Amino acid sequence: MTELLSIKGLNKSYGGVKATDDLNLSIREGELHAIIGPNGAGKTTLISQLSGNVTPDSGTVHFAGRDITRMSEHKRPHLGMSRTYQITSLIRSMSVLDNLQLAIQAQAGHSFRFWSDVRKRQTVRDRAGSFAKEVGLEDQLHARVDNLAHGEQRRLEVAMALTSNSRLLLLDEPLAGLGGQEAAEMIDLLQSLKGQKTMLLIEHDMDAVFTLADRISVLVYGHIIATDQPEQIRLNVEVQQAYLGEG
Amino acid sequence: MNPKNTVAKSLLLLAVLVVPLMLNLFGFAFYLDLATRLSILAIAAVGLNLILGYGGMVSFGHAAYLGIGAYAVGIPAHHWLYGGMDMIASTNGFLQIALALFASALFAFLTGLVCLKVKGVYFIMITMAFAQMLYYLLVSISEYGGDDGLVIDTRSEFPLISLDDPVQMFLVSVLSLFLIMWGVRRIARSQFGMVLEGIKGNEARMISLGYNTFRYKLAAYVISGVICGFAGALLGNFTTFISPEMIDWARSGELMFMVILGGVATTMGPLLGAITFIVVEEVLSTITVYWHLPFGLMLIGIVLFVRGGLSSLLERGQKTDD
Repeated sequence: MTELLSIKGLNKSYGGVKATDDLNLSIREGELHAIIGPNGAGKTTLISQLSGNVTPDSGTVHFAGRDITRMSEHKRPHLGMSRTYQITSLIRSMSVLDNLQLAIQAQAGHSFRFWSDVRKRQTVRDRAGSFAKEVGLEDQLHARVDNLAHGEQRRLEVAMALTSNSRLLLLDEPLAGLGGQEAAEMIDLLQSLKGQKTMLLIEHDMDAVFTLADRISVLVYGHIIATDQPEQIRLNVEVQQAYLGEG
Repeated sequence: MNPKNTVAKSLLLLAVLVVPLMLNLFGFAFYLDLATRLSILAIAAVGLNLILGYGGMVSFGHAAYLGIGAYAVGIPAHHWLYGGMDMIASTNGFLQIALALFASALFAFLTGLVCLKVKGVYFIMITMAFAQMLYYLLVSISEYGGDDGLVIDTRSEFPLISLDDPVQMFLVSVLSLFLIMWGVRRIARSQFGMVLEGIKGNEARMISLGYNTFRYKLAAYVISGVICGFAGALLGNFTTFISPEMIDWARSGELMFMVILGGVATTMGPLLGAITFIVVEEVLSTITVYWHLPFGLMLIGIVLFVRGGLSSLLERGQKTDD
């Protein structure tokens, strides 16, 4: 399998704290690669550097062979990577359909169209609707995001990332705050996306990680101490000491 | 849309157009003047609403554009009469309006490049600072009257229309207002408007979706400035007097107040805000010289207790979603 994302020697410090410490990681096209690690291991900092929200101190990030280490955040989705947030980040005052439409239009050229009614662009509206359907929100198209249940917001978050035809999804704890039934629905959703998209999954829910992941990397104090298939990770002594043993 | 609200809104617009003309017909010319001033300030409020209401960018310096627009009428007229600056010396209304729009766009573009790099309180302060810079610049130019200001001897000249006639001046102002209200409504509902709404709601998310939000904000900022610049050109023609006072931060605050009072991000809001502001100011100031106190208290009361501003009273029982 070819390599889609390649991270080499990445460093990021906040004051004296090394949030990312000489981090090397390679994500293969088509895999679901999970990153696990204790709280404060630097998982979200890593995703933020990949999405461009945070600039690394040193090291490189290559996406599909292209150096994107210092590329602006708003340009990266156009290359084919999109992210979801640990804390739901949606446009809460707008409807489900509007949120999806904005996500679709972000990819389709500029939005300097000042005159015609955007909510009458039927083809885009229909496409937005089909993405809502994909994550089971087809009955909530006109609901304000504010009024959605938490699990529905999480699924909309994923749907927004799907609209972009992205090759790589950066999923920052998609199960965060979800109860049993909602979590199960989200796991099914991610399962159904496997193979279609390359996914980098950060998640605390170990059952979900070991169910979904093709490979797992363990992040401790900003450094990756092991990358392997789920079964091997489970058996890895170092990993058990650092992380799994505690749980 | 609720048909009852549509009727109420149409009636309001009709009243704004017809009532001042009727009063003028019965000899109350003062009210025509009041309505003209109201319409012009309402145009500026509509312009401000585009960024403040729809875009969530609270500009405290929008009176600058009123000044720019007015000076774009006054300066060419001044040179036409007294010589100098042959390139712009003219009483041609089209040229003056074009100058007003261009100068406003340029000022908005250049200051926007700086202002829009920051958010929140910092944005408010920087927009105000730029307006004050322009204020002191105009104070320092003695050729245009310094802080005494300058009388515009000749109004903008157009074929077929004479702005010297109060009725025509009023009609130009109020019809411009309606046209601009309609235009901004279209923009708010366009793809561009949707992006603006998204930025107001969650800019970080819009960036991560792939939007270069700075460009969209800058475009909105320039359009907003141009609309206020146009209002300024009308204001210069209406008062036939320009002075740095037009740019004073208190004037910027009044515009902000009209928008917030009327209801941000609504079509009717800025007009309702302007009407309330002007009418109440007029009524109270005839009752007492200390009219600022009850006026201020009333404004605070409306902002605190009428959520969504006055226009929300027209929207009772109506869903906001499409």
